[in-house]
This record gives sequence, C-alpha cells and structure tokens, in this order.
Amino acid sequence: MTAFGKLVRTTAFRLTLVYLLLFAMFAASLLGYFAWNTRRLITEEITQTVNSETSEMNEIYGRGGMFRLVRTIEYRALRPGANLYLVTTPTGQAVAGNVGSLAPGVMATRGWSETAYRRIEDADDRDHRALVRVTELENGFRLLIGRDLAERRRLFGIVAKAAQWSVLIVVVLGLGGGIFVARRVLRRIDAMTGTAQRIMTGDLSGRLPVGRSGDELDRLAENLNAMLERIEALMAGLKEVSDNIAHDLKTPLTRLRNRAEEALAKSGCEADYRAALERTIEESDGLIRTFNALLMIARAESGQARGNMDDFDAAEVAGGIHELYEPLAEDDGMTLKVKAEPTPVHGNRELISQALANLVENAIKYGKPAAQAGTVVSMDARQITIEARREGDQVLLSVTDRGPGIPEADRKHAVERFVRLEASRTLPGSGLGLSLASAVATLHGGELRLGDAYPGLVATLALPARTGAGDRVAPPIPDVPQKVA
Amino acid sequence: MTAAERTMRLLIIEDDRESADYLVKAFREVGHIADHAADGEEGLAMAENGDYDVLVVDRMLPKRDGLSLIGALRDKGESTPVLILSALGQVDDRIKGLRAGGDDYLPKPYSFAELLARVEVLSRRRGGPAEDTLYRVGDLELDRLSHRVARGKDELTLQPREFRLLEYLMKHAGQVVTRTMLLENVWDYHFDPQTNVIDVHISRLRSKIDKGFDRPLLHTIRGAGYMIRDGIR
Repeated sequence: MTAFGKLVRTTAFRLTLVYLLLFAMFAASLLGYFAWNTRRLITEEITQTVNSETSEMNEIYGRGGMFRLVRTIEYRALRPGANLYLVTTPTGQAVAGNVGSLAPGVMATRGWSETAYRRIEDADDRDHRALVRVTELENGFRLLIGRDLAERRRLFGIVAKAAQWSVLIVVVLGLGGGIFVARRVLRRIDAMTGTAQRIMTGDLSGRLPVGRSGDELDRLAENLNAMLERIEALMAGLKEVSDNIAHDLKTPLTRLRNRAEEALAKSGCEADYRAALERTIEESDGLIRTFNALLMIARAESGQARGNMDDFDAAEVAGGIHELYEPLAEDDGMTLKVKAEPTPVHGNRELISQALANLVENAIKYGKPAAQAGTVVSMDARQITIEARREGDQVLLSVTDRGPGIPEADRKHAVERFVRLEASRTLPGSGLGLSLASAVATLHGGELRLGDAYPGLVATLALPARTGAGDRVAPPIPDVPQKVA
Repeated sequence: MTAAERTMRLLIIEDDRESADYLVKAFREVGHIADHAADGEEGLAMAENGDYDVLVVDRMLPKRDGLSLIGALRDKGESTPVLILSALGQVDDRIKGLRAGGDDYLPKPYSFAELLARVEVLSRRRGGPAEDTLYRVGDLELDRLSHRVARGKDELTLQPREFRLLEYLMKHAGQVVTRTMLLENVWDYHFDPQTNVIDVHISRLRSKIDKGFDRPLLHTIRGAGYMIRDGIR
C-alpha cells in the first residue's frame, strides 16, 4: 500500500472528509439562507418605495393634471440616483421620464414586472435591470415607476462570493487538517505496529511507545504494555516451571530407572523383586504428587481457578484443618491449637484449605524446637497455633510454631518452587508446600507472609476481606465430644 | 488383592488400548466381568443395551466425549453408576464431571486398588438402600440416629469426626475404603496431603473400637486402604 493510500484509509482522514462535507453543506446553506433573505428584503423595500411614489404621482396628477405630473417627474428624474420614471401616451409615445428604452411590452402590462432597460443619459449600451410598476392614468396615459436592481445584484454577488470562498477555505483547511491528524495518528500507529511485530518475532521485552498527552492512544499503549508485562511474567513463570520440572523430576525419575535396572540385573528371589516393585510404586506416587502440586501451582498462578470462588468462613477452614491434623501433631509430640473468630472470606475453599494444610504440615515437620542438652522442652514450645482473624481489610490465616524459624534472609527464597532450605533437606518433602500456599494467596489477591514468632515461624495467608454482608456466615460449630449415653 | 465378594458386570470405556486391556484383565483377575468399548459411540450403545453394574468412563474419548456420553445416558433415564477417569485432576474438573452426571471421579494416574475400591462402593450403592439407621459389624453397633456406638456391652465415646469416620467405614463394611475416599467423604477435602494424616485418625479410631477385644474389626488392606469386617472372609 502506498503511503498516500494508507493515509487516505486512516479513520482520522475518513472522519475528516465526512466532517468536511458536513461543514461545507452547513456553510452553503447558511449563506444561501442569508442571500435569499437579503434579496427578499431589498425587493420588499423597492416595492414599498415604488408603491408610495406611484400613489404620490397619482395624487399630483389628480391635483395638477398632466402638466404638474410631467414637471414633477422631470424634476425628480434629474436627481442623482433617481428612480426610473416614464410617462407615455395611450399610443405608447414617451412624454416624460428618464427611461430610454425598455424591453418590449412592459408598458402594455399593468402591475409589476422585472425588465431590462436603459436610461436616456446612459452612454454605454449595457442593459440594466429594474423592478417596475406600470399604472394607467385616467386619460389613458401610462405611468411607470421603478427601481434599479443593481444594488440587489451586488449584494447577492457579495454573498455568493463569500459562499465560494468560505467553502473553498473549509475544504482546504479541512483536507490539510485531516492529512495532518491522519499522519500524526498514522505515525504513532506505525510505531506501535513496528513494536508489536518485534514482540511477535519473540522479543517479549519490547514495549509500545507511550506519549505524554495521555490521549486514547497513550491509554491504549499503556494497557497493552501492562498486558505485555503480564504475558512476560507468565512466560517467565512457565519457563521457570519447565526448568524446575526438568531438573527436579529428572532426579527421582533417574532413581526410579536405576532401581528397576538394578532389580533386573540382580537375579534375586521373588521377595527382592516385590520389594523393588513396591519401592518403584512408592517413588512414582511421589512423582505424581509433585506433578499434581506443580500443576496446581501453575493453575493458581495463571488465575484459572478463579471460577470456583464462593463465600465461606475462614474460621471453619481453620477448624477443619485443625481437626484433620490434630492427631498427627499429637503423635509427633506437638500440640495443635486453633484460635478462630468468624471471619467471612471470598475464595476457593478447597485451595485455601490446602494452602493452610501445607503450612500446618510444615509446622509439624520443621517446627520442633531444637533440643538443647540439659534443657527440658516445655509443652509451650511444642505448640502450633492456627489462627483466623480479621485485621483491617485483610483476613489473616496464620500458622505459628515455636521451632527454629526461617532466617530473614532466606524467607523470600523459601517460597520459590522446589527450594528446600538447608535445615530441611534431610526430611521428606517436595519443596512445593510454600510455593503452593503463596500461589493460592496471590490468586486471591493476597500474599503469603513469613515472619518471626520469637522464637519460631509465623506463616500467614493474608487475603483481602470480603466487605459487607458478613451476616451470611454461620457461627462456628463447637468442637465438643459426642455424648454417648 | 482379595477375591470379589460379589461379581460385578463392568463396562470400561477407554480409548487407550493398553490401559483398557490392563483394566479388563485386572478386574477379571479379582473375579468381575469386564467389557470394553473403545470410543464414545460404541460405549453409549453398549451401556444402553448391556446390564452393567458400573461404567468406568474415560473423559476424553473419540467420537463422543465422556461427559456427553454420561449426559446422553442420564437423559434416557439410565441410572447406572458412572466413575469418570480423567487426566484432568483439578477440583473444578471434578465438579464439572460430577455435574455432568458422574457418580465418582478419579484423576489419572490412579492405582488399581483405588479404582477397584471405588467401583465396588458404587456398585453396592446401586445394590440396595444402604441408608439403614443401625449399622452392625460383628458385635460393633452404630446407631446413626442417636449417635450411639457400642461394642458388645461397652458404650464407646467417639469424637464427632471419629463417629463419621466409623459411620463411613461401616456403611461400606466388607469393602475396601481408600485413604482418598475417606478424605473426600469424611472430611470433604479433595487434595492430597503429603503426610499420613488419615492413618493417624484410623489408628485412634482403632484404639477405641478394637483395643481390648480379641477380634479386630478394623483391618488395614496393604497397598489399598482399610476395611471393617467381622473376622476373615
């Protein structure tokens, strides 16, 4: 497409053309109305003058007869800028007046007519036009009184010229403006298109140019840039996930393969095979779990789980998880407590439950106080607390333990996928628990906070509170033993 | 694996030849009758004509996908229980599957023990009203209305969740119940805990109902789950 063709096809240019047409039509009709009205006004004025002079002449004739009439007319005809006068005999011969020639038949018709004429004193042979009225006097003589129409024509000419010029100016300015605007827009669009093409070829870091005017194109560019940022982040996340999968799933897969190979190589008894197979199944189950966790994190991070959100009480979730893990904690020599007040929250109950379960599992696994020689670990130090409460516009679901905690420098790192801090490497786990909790918090527009419990770790899911209508949440069910009679 | 208590007629609708052959073989080995359909249309026709106890339906099938197959069956008033097998294992996929008319949903990869346990529970559900108010296994009694549990002459005190756990186990007495089934049906969670939480709950329950009695009722089925039953079958 040629540059001009592109220009002409722009929306800005087409709009300009439409407006141009509209404005031209408007100017033309305005001037046309003006011209028509001016003409009508002048005609009216002429008619009035002629009428009053005709009746005046009739009166003079009535009072002084033909002689007076002729005298008056001759006198008036000589005045500068005089009207047209002509008195003829019944046979049509001129008796008095300043009209030299007339279009034929004008004197024969009584009343108004528009006619070409020449004055007696006119030197040129140009015809002029006039509006005249012919009346018949009592004796058959005819009297013509009229007025030149040059004034009317001149005014009309001025208006017509003004119309021509104004339309011309509108067209020139409009086309020029249209081309200017279209070129400006086109330049910016071309810049955007260029960037977009670069991005499409794989350079995701490219951003659209944003001007300073804050107009609609700038807003569009800003929004597109925000979108690109999101895409870039998602792509980076995807890459990270695939790297992690490649790295952390290959290790157990290799282990699995080695074990199978080893079992095949050694000609053992059935019990050996059975043991090898059982461990293979165990290992695959672990792999499946890791895989599921990764998929879940990916889903939470991409926002796909947003569909399953409803309103529920965070205290119920805390109570449910407490109830599920309490015996496990006790078996491990810990006490699991719950402190929850009714706290309405909007979200994916299943995911939030799982995130909280992960935090509790972590606390049970890693939250044991370091046993120091010679000191007795008190019951208080073996306590894990699940808490649900509202603070400001946030719902906080936290798990606090009295263990060694996580050093501040490591906290950010701890949330990343597959990261297993030095202290926990020897214990079983996938390294995905905190990542999932963090992804779930992010999905809900909140965050996972790791803090110091002096001593110990406090892991908090901070979720935005559901505002209003808190009355829909049912009171928590007291956890009392079932009475058996 | 223990031999089937009662022979089931199963239809496996699965397009992957190898998985299907494995399932058919595995079900036959434990004494059930299993047929196979390789695509959605064939599966629908067979499900309509054959008298099956449970249908095992893969979600993604050629010609007609699993969910639409279930929808078509349900529209015709066919109420055979359906277990959906799917590679899509997230909570929302599950909900979609159950809404489409499936009775249970098992994400791939699964263990055969898990599938067998679930299919047996589904077929039993169809067998008759299991909604008795009094469950009895050996000398263990559970009254669902008064929430009373007794073993022999001894009244037992159970926590509410222990009661529900025992209730579920006794409802499916004689059937293997897996950990995932317990987590789903007793706790209503559909995620996979990394730890042995369920085992701890079971061992607490066991200490209440079996401790001090000669005949244990709550059995661990290795590689599968748990079962409550009176004596050795």
